[in-house]
Amino acid sequence: MSALSPPRLWLPRTVRAGEAFEVRTRVEHPMETGLRREGARLVPRDMLASLVVTVDGTPVFEVAFGNGCAANPFHVFFLRLQRSAEIAVTVTDEAARTARTAQRVPVA
Amino acid sequence: MEVSGAGKTVTTRRGLIAIALVALPFPVLSSGDPLAAAIAEATGGRDSAEGGIALETPPLAENGGQVPVTVTVESPQTEAQHVRAIHLFATRNPTPGIATFRLSTAVAEAKVTTRIRLEEDQAIIAIAALSDGTLRRATAAVKVATGGCIG
Repeated sequence: MSALSPPRLWLPRTVRAGEAFEVRTRVEHPMETGLRREGARLVPRDMLASLVVTVDGTPVFEVAFGNGCAANPFHVFFLRLQRSAEIAVTVTDEAARTARTAQRVPVA
Repeated sequence: MEVSGAGKTVTTRRGLIAIALVALPFPVLSSGDPLAAAIAEATGGRDSAEGGIALETPPLAENGGQVPVTVTVESPQTEAQHVRAIHLFATRNPTPGIATFRLSTAVAEAKVTTRIRLEEDQAIIAIAALSDGTLRRATAAVKVATGGCIG
């Protein structure tokens, strides 16, 4: 298994209170299901289990990954904030290893 | 000749998928069907209704390993009325589960874009669980040029 790399997180520089803004995340990960063969060799399973997005530590959006998720998982979704906050993304793989990225978003 | 043969296979499969979809959303009788079992596990075996949910997929995916999918649920995302979870299923992958998204009211719009893997032509099913306990369902057919699961 390769090392778990921190998720990429794209956020607006500032947001307005209560208004929807776009969040994009991408994790570099092979998402090997253990079903794929390279020649005669079965490539061992190496999957992310979850991606959790928190606002000041409170989970607000979560992905539970199944086999049908593409490699290098990429997600787009919409959040809103009432006040400036830290948005963090934590990914956890099936071996319970984690990687985290956080960014502060000021509410204008 | 080979081409028309392949076309025929696809049509037949489509037919089967259509039949499966008609039968699917309702309480599962055969526990041997992994797709039905996965849906039952996610929904608690409850019925889902069509409407109020959109599933956007490309009609033809060149690369089955990276198929963009967007699910949009009509919801004000208020404390009283919001989407709690969105489940995605593949009807003809080696395993049916794609992903489950859990949303809170901090999610301003019940809209999620992801990328999925598809092994062959098939239907995708999205089921949204709302805070009032109801379930909404949408399906979309995707043709896959190059399978993205096994190869």
